Amino acid sequence: MTNHWIDIRNSDVILVMGSNAAENHPISFKWVMKAVENGATLLSVDPRFTRTSSKAHFYAPLRSGTDIAFLGGMIKYIIDNELIQKEYVAEYTNASFLIDEGFDFRDGLFSGYDPEKRKYDKSTWKYQVDEDGIPKKDKTLQHPRCVYQLLKKHYSRYDADLVSSITGTPKDDLLKIYKTYSATGKPDKSATIMYAMGWTQHTVGTQNIRTMAMIQLLLGNIGVAGGGVNALRGESNVQGSTDHCLLFHILPGYLKTPTASLPTLGVYNKKFTPKTNDPKSANWWGNYPKYSVSLLKAFFGKNATKDNDFGYSWLPKLDDGQNASWLMLFDQMSEGKFSGFFAWGQNPACSGSNAGKIRKSLEKLDWMVNVNLFPNETGSFWKGPGKDPSKIKTEVFVLPCAAFYEKEGSITNSGRWSQWRYKAVNPPGEAKPDAEIMTELYYKVRELYEKEGGAFPEPILNLTWDYGPKGPDGKLLHLNVHEIAKEINGYFLEDVDFPKKKKSFKKGQLVPSFAYLKDDGSTSSGNWLYCNSYTEKGNMAARRNNKDNPEGIGLYSNWSWCWPVNRRIIYNRASVNPKGVPWAMKKPVIFWNGKKWIGDVPDGGWAPGTKYAFIMKPEGHGRIFGAGRADGPFPEHYEPLECPVTKNAMSSQRINPTVKLLSKAGAAEGEGGDLYLTCDVRFPIVCTTYRVSEHWQTGVMTRWTPWQLELEPQLFVEMSKELAKDKGIENGEKVKVKSVRGEVIAVAIVTERFKPFKIGDLIVHEVGLPYHYGWLHPDDGGDSANLLTPTIGDANTMIPETKAFMVNVEKVGKGVM
Amino acid sequence: MGEKIKLIDLSKCIGCRACQTACKQWNQLKPVKTINRGTHQNPPDLSPETYTLIRYDEVSDGNGGLKWLMRKDGCMHCTDAACLISCPAPGALTYREHGAVVYNRSLCIGCKNCVIACPFEIPRFDEKAEKPYKCTLCYDRITDGQIPACVKSCPTGTLTWGDKDTMIKKAYARAEQLGKGSIVYGDKFVKGTHVMYVLTEKPEAYAALPVSPKVPLSVRAWKDMLKPLITIGIIGSIAAALFHYFTFGPKTVEKFEKKGGE
Repeated sequence: MTNHWIDIRNSDVILVMGSNAAENHPISFKWVMKAVENGATLLSVDPRFTRTSSKAHFYAPLRSGTDIAFLGGMIKYIIDNELIQKEYVAEYTNASFLIDEGFDFRDGLFSGYDPEKRKYDKSTWKYQVDEDGIPKKDKTLQHPRCVYQLLKKHYSRYDADLVSSITGTPKDDLLKIYKTYSATGKPDKSATIMYAMGWTQHTVGTQNIRTMAMIQLLLGNIGVAGGGVNALRGESNVQGSTDHCLLFHILPGYLKTPTASLPTLGVYNKKFTPKTNDPKSANWWGNYPKYSVSLLKAFFGKNATKDNDFGYSWLPKLDDGQNASWLMLFDQMSEGKFSGFFAWGQNPACSGSNAGKIRKSLEKLDWMVNVNLFPNETGSFWKGPGKDPSKIKTEVFVLPCAAFYEKEGSITNSGRWSQWRYKAVNPPGEAKPDAEIMTELYYKVRELYEKEGGAFPEPILNLTWDYGPKGPDGKLLHLNVHEIAKEINGYFLEDVDFPKKKKSFKKGQLVPSFAYLKDDGSTSSGNWLYCNSYTEKGNMAARRNNKDNPEGIGLYSNWSWCWPVNRRIIYNRASVNPKGVPWAMKKPVIFWNGKKWIGDVPDGGWAPGTKYAFIMKPEGHGRIFGAGRADGPFPEHYEPLECPVTKNAMSSQRINPTVKLLSKAGAAEGEGGDLYLTCDVRFPIVCTTYRVSEHWQTGVMTRWTPWQLELEPQLFVEMSKELAKDKGIENGEKVKVKSVRGEVIAVAIVTERFKPFKIGDLIVHEVGLPYHYGWLHPDDGGDSANLLTPTIGDANTMIPETKAFMVNVEKVGKGVM
Repeated sequence: MGEKIKLIDLSKCIGCRACQTACKQWNQLKPVKTINRGTHQNPPDLSPETYTLIRYDEVSDGNGGLKWLMRKDGCMHCTDAACLISCPAPGALTYREHGAVVYNRSLCIGCKNCVIACPFEIPRFDEKAEKPYKCTLCYDRITDGQIPACVKSCPTGTLTWGDKDTMIKKAYARAEQLGKGSIVYGDKFVKGTHVMYVLTEKPEAYAALPVSPKVPLSVRAWKDMLKPLITIGIIGSIAAALFHYFTFGPKTVEKFEKKGGE
């Protein structure tokens, strides 16, 4: 989230789209309902009428996978009706920037497309620059090559009639949503978007979100109270796990994973340290080397020296262009390229897209370690449906771990708040906290390297592991998570003076904030974004002062701690006009009192007008034209890989031209191969997956909780009355849902809450299933909906497209589930 | 101790069922084996193991649109409580502080009168134990300064708890703020209930919610004329009841008649 949960109460309009917040983030509705009580309008856009829709002032349906068409239509509406917040757009976004003359867009493709590589050469996706290398601008937004005019041209095609024929949303409903939402272009109004996996899990997932970010920039809704682009994270600590580099392409603090072609720290830092010639640009990522060196010092301690590049060569490197995302890992596993696998706190046999392929891939392993609270379908895959245990070689080890209330530590919520939690009870039996399991593992691996050498022992042997008092053998006597939290924050490793800031620090002190990190090895920080979270003042995440700040917008700055540097609303320099006066005086985030900023921690303390608002971009402006993405600087509507139409009504590019196709020949239907079928009469129904309030993820925790299971005991498939009538299906009857990859048995919930879509001349049906179930428990609960979903990923992130694919639904009579 | 009211503002209910689970957890009610019957409502109905549940109703909004109504169902804790009036077993049902109508299993004789009498169809009979069950308004929590478990668990502010007068005012203010046919439900019948609703629709739109609940005439007649006689009759014939009568009976009956505002 750019903002945070409580801040939702400051919104004038709340759009819930690509998420179902009432069901999957019920606590958020505490703040949604407060906003509504204060007069806010709640809008719900979803293929299905949900519990969120039930509370909305207005609901509009849309066919899964058509969000860019829907939102592109909103951009056109905003431009046509001159509803942008003009000063904000001109001053804080790149709308005024002139774009290279060579940049072009024709029939679904931007300039530079290479159909063989399915990639763009982005050399024309750039700003025109003046003789000083500073981007040329036209703040009147009239120049034909300025971003605003190119934007206007690009979305001129997205008129409401065409959009309606793509999304299936009645035109009146579209216009009502557009009108209500874009009314927040007024400087003192703000609107927020609450999105989740309904936007990300598409082949155009990143661009779904970018379209909305562009709308928010056009309406001046970024940086302000009640605004922002707000990802509702699907797990309580998924924000924290991303910050600390759960994903393959990043190191902690969103530093980049090194690649094989970057042999030295110098080359690596140079590549990822952006430059600007514009003195008004803060260009915060210009500090990159301070963060990367401090990280290496945290990893390798005294072993990291200037002479050995701070141990840079010990970091794992990706091959150039290598993608090691989830889909690719299991693809490699299916080819037998892994011998072992740690399934740690996860259940890929149910959570992974095309779960049939995953269950097969696990057979190729020699061993698997399954770390979890409860038995799950991954650890038990060898005795699952259709498996013959005598023919499976994989040896499975189960390590029971502690649940969140059985260990101490921090979690970081969607609003970037790192909140410290205490241990309530001891873990049962032999269960241990994850960090203790990892410590044992580390010592064992280290011992093997010490004994046997091995190809590349340095990364392990040089690692620091100073997380508590040590015994005579050099090993931890017990693990103290506070030491981990302090390492993440970082230390001064020498006495350091900052004459300009008139500050000096002693060796061994905790670094007060990332502004004091250095690139000479004199500081460490396990994650620069968390530098300031555990300081000489104490554990900031453990703060529990629940008094709000005087401005009363719900920042609660002394409750827990939030990154970066406790800034509760990021990009907040855009919440004021260039003179430092808040756009919305009733809900000021920051304001300039003539000497300093008051309110939230500002995005840099410079006086108003001296630095640009968007400090993380080298050009200092919010990007309406965003050249960073693989699939285009402006989002464009493409159909999902599996869709009900033969043609994209917007262009001759039916699907995202830059997605990676995993298609392999030879797989039989229904056996979990990488198969896809579009406009096949056997699979005519759009399908999507989702969650319910009563279960969590693949249900590994909730299916074993009988009070939860009682509420939602079995896999269901929701469908319209019209579809049920066509198929002769009665409400409550068991049916088979089939895709080309697999099938499941589910109970039909025949409901008014799903309606057929009118897509051009076609009537298109959509159904949906939750993915909470698995064959292991309960006996009659049904199996994973991910047996149906495809192995195709977003062009930028490779997140699988589980939110729009094609199935069929059949009667099965009196079957056993 | 003054009367309290649990207010259920349905305009804020997202049907998450935290209340339903919290109730089971606090009261240690057994989970039941359920199946999906083509609806999200589960367990299907109130039962000896389910004191409260969310009822889901899909209704047309009259303009081609849809409303998905969610209502937390459970004991209303009436001032003029039909269950209590109908009960022949002294002390089995009593009107207690804060307005809770509390059931005492050990004093119940399992006659089912309360099950038949309740205009809200709340008490449910356990055929095995031969006893009925219902919500206690978390009597064991509210007498210890705690709020009911369901209220504690509610994320959206649908369920709130407070002094009677304050909550009635709050209910009317909220209904007025909501407009569009929102009404207050609970204070205009059975001499007022201690669980009240702000409904966003007319009562008839909600499943299992009576439009004008009242104590059945037969129950009233029973209370005024027959109950004293029959109570004595039961005492005469059942030894256990006799024991109860002499140990607890008369005192408790007096207490409820005085406190119940009859």
